[in-house]
Amino acid sequence: MALMDIQAHEIRRRMIADLRRALKKPRKERRWTMVIDQEKCVGCTACTTACVAENHLPPGVVYRPVIEEEKGRYPNVRKSFLPRPCMQCDDPPCVKVCPAHATWKREDGIVEINYKRCIGCRYCINACPYSARTFDKGYFYTDGTPQIMDYEKEPSFEYGKAWPRKDRDSSPIGNARKCTYCIHRVEKGILPACVTTCVGDATYFGDANDPKSLIAELLASPRARKLREEEGTEPTTTYLV
Amino acid sequence: MKKFVKLLVWFIAVVGFGVGLYGMYHRFTEGHRMADYGSYIPWGLWVAFYIYFIGLSAGSFLLSTLVYVARIERLEKIGKLALFTAFGCLVAALLSIWLDLGHMARVGNVLLHMNLHSMMSWMGILYSSYFGIILIELWFALRIDLIETARTGKSGSAAFARLLTFGSTDTSDEARARDHATLRVLGTIGVPLAIAFHGGVGALFGVVQARPHWNTPLMPITFLIGALASGGALLTAVVYVWGPDRDKEQHEEIMRMLGRIVLALVLFDFLLEISEFLIGLYSVAPAERLPLEAILHGHYWYVFWIVHFLLGVVIPVIILFARAVPGKAPNRKAGGAIALACLLVAVTFIAVRFNIVIPAQINPEIPGLQYAFSGPGLKFHYFPTPMEWLVSVWVTSFGILLFLIGEKLLPIVRDENREVA
Repeated sequence: MALMDIQAHEIRRRMIADLRRALKKPRKERRWTMVIDQEKCVGCTACTTACVAENHLPPGVVYRPVIEEEKGRYPNVRKSFLPRPCMQCDDPPCVKVCPAHATWKREDGIVEINYKRCIGCRYCINACPYSARTFDKGYFYTDGTPQIMDYEKEPSFEYGKAWPRKDRDSSPIGNARKCTYCIHRVEKGILPACVTTCVGDATYFGDANDPKSLIAELLASPRARKLREEEGTEPTTTYLV
Repeated sequence: MKKFVKLLVWFIAVVGFGVGLYGMYHRFTEGHRMADYGSYIPWGLWVAFYIYFIGLSAGSFLLSTLVYVARIERLEKIGKLALFTAFGCLVAALLSIWLDLGHMARVGNVLLHMNLHSMMSWMGILYSSYFGIILIELWFALRIDLIETARTGKSGSAAFARLLTFGSTDTSDEARARDHATLRVLGTIGVPLAIAFHGGVGALFGVVQARPHWNTPLMPITFLIGALASGGALLTAVVYVWGPDRDKEQHEEIMRMLGRIVLALVLFDFLLEISEFLIGLYSVAPAERLPLEAILHGHYWYVFWIVHFLLGVVIPVIILFARAVPGKAPNRKAGGAIALACLLVAVTFIAVRFNIVIPAQINPEIPGLQYAFSGPGLKFHYFPTPMEWLVSVWVTSFGILLFLIGEKLLPIVRDENREVA
């Protein structure tokens, strides 16, 4: 095994151990956090695709796009990449504007949406300064073909419940949707889909309340930055720049 | 002439209702799939129509309070008409925003699971109260007329009127005075309520920090002035056609007075607009600048320059200055011209509402987001689809029909006050 492989292997093993340790604590003592190392991100968008596959995202719904930025002038050109999951803000503007208390900040740090209560007014989508929420209008990839394929109707398991796409009127169709940090996986002891598929090991995940965790170490990095900090939303998701 | 206008409005409303049904069919069978709004521009035409109608309603209602609260006698005869116009517009507004919801059946959650931090929850509370007040106020304003219609009217309308009196038969002077007192109290509650709910709609946009184009403390004020200008204008046009016109001199006087009020409001609204543009365009921040530039010289520049500025401000202001402001020819008939100017203001105000809702959303929150992932609705430009237009046509026609039918069935304007009954 090459040195890089060993490193990646070690990182993942450690994150899984951190995660399982966190799960032994009561929920309110956990603080799920994601750290994204922009120096390591190669912009392959494997995370975006893995997220779409994991959550059965329909056309028009995306939880983790990777935004590209080109810097410099030829021949000195470099690209940087900004994967953008939900920031799981501590002071989330989306929660404040929701007219039906259909979204809230959980004690473990996740901003959850109650799909059954959401009225689909899309106020939260407008209030999010990161465009982290998208609207499920009810499209299928096989729209316009003789038959909507069954695999498209398979449920997603967001927030630990099954959400099949049965018909056009039932949730999550008609709802605002966003990244959940794959909390349904995390609570079963599995890392989020974007973390497991990241080819450059640029995405880290863990419990920030655990001083022994890798994530807690990374959060102390002088390279740590939050996205659009001036908005005052206190994002949890942290970037290493 | 007025007969022809009435027929024309009936014709437009019936045709609009019929044609709009096609859009409604798609709205209910396909949901939001045929709409152009989506994830990055989540609010579209229906939200614009909602704030348009709610503005018309609030404006019209606030003018009705001139009658019941401020007791401006010259306007007394149009009080009920103002209330009923406000009612029709309110219904159209609520329909428009209801059809915009992703889950229409869950609209009750706004009251059941109320979040007092959300301006939208406040809308739920304030609209319910406003709806109630308007209905009660209408009933008290119409009570005596209903009883009289029940006694003397044709069999059909008499039966309908009797039903609506809820058994009330007292037409004595004391009862009349009691009605007036009640109306005064209701109107007095209605004024802060109308200011709160329409200012509140402004605040609903104003509090969105992520959209700097909306995020200004002036938003509630702009909304209120806009509501008064557009609602006042609509009411003036309505008064010309459906108002009490038997006493021609009085009718002319009412028209001129309303015309002057609308003129002042349109100019004040325009002043606020100028201020918004001058301050906003000084900024170099794209989030501030882009929406304004899009309004002035983007793809849809004509919405501002032709529909709003030319047809909604310049032409009406010229007409109103020439006809409503007392000057050279005080005896010349001015009602028709004033009504036309006001109709222009009221109809073209949708352009203002459109330019509030859409341009604020065209600036990507994170530069480059528009290229990061593609799919339907993941874009930063918007133009309503035929389905969206048709639904709005249906909602508008529904509101107009509600008004027309109500005006026929209810004694909104007494027959003896009309030239053509």
